[in-house]
Amino acid sequence: MDSIIDIQVLSTPLSIDACYNFVLDEKCGGIDLFVGTVRRWNKGKEVTHLHFEAYVEMAVKEMKKIALAAIEKYGIEKISIHHRIGQVELEGIAVIIAVSSKHRKSAFEACSYAIDTLKNEVPIWKKEFLIDGSYWVNSRP
Amino acid sequence: MKVLCFGVAKEIVGSSELILDNDKGLTVGELKSYLNTAYPQFLEYKSYVVAINQAYADDKLSISPSDEIAIIPPVSGG
Repeated sequence: MDSIIDIQVLSTPLSIDACYNFVLDEKCGGIDLFVGTVRRWNKGKEVTHLHFEAYVEMAVKEMKKIALAAIEKYGIEKISIHHRIGQVELEGIAVIIAVSSKHRKSAFEACSYAIDTLKNEVPIWKKEFLIDGSYWVNSRP
Repeated sequence: MKVLCFGVAKEIVGSSELILDNDKGLTVGELKSYLNTAYPQFLEYKSYVVAINQAYADDKLSISPSDEIAIIPPVSGG
């Protein structure tokens, strides 16, 4: 499985090339990449940076489950999921998902499935730092 | 038993690890009741879940003292 699934939680800047090169495959006619970046404005508030924390061992397990399910459901060839932890500045990359497939439709669908499921299931938390305060996203009463 | 705390749970508890004096074991539901009583702020976060041995657990599951236990507040990765 290690040759078709690449899961990493990293405290250093993520590399689009690393994800792209992992999934590149002569059997495939397309690669779909999702790159999640830090935006300045959220719900009208100005963001200065984000901080990500993970339950790393469990996050890796949950990300592997997502990768296996994406392969099973959409018949893709390879998948790479990298998530950043620690402080990430504006325009910094928080997450990368790369998927390779014979045809584009399954690549788009698998990539979309993977990011949606990651956001709902993987034990990673984002603290948003605003100009006037900070809070854990999804954790306000 | 030791309970790992992440995100807002770490701030509510004031530490990344909570040590509970319980050597008999309890269920996930009982652990949540204890947490909600000891730290009433948890009641504001009804959707937090508990993971046992790095897997999401439902309230009926029994926890033994040697298990790896973690409080999982609403996730927000990506």
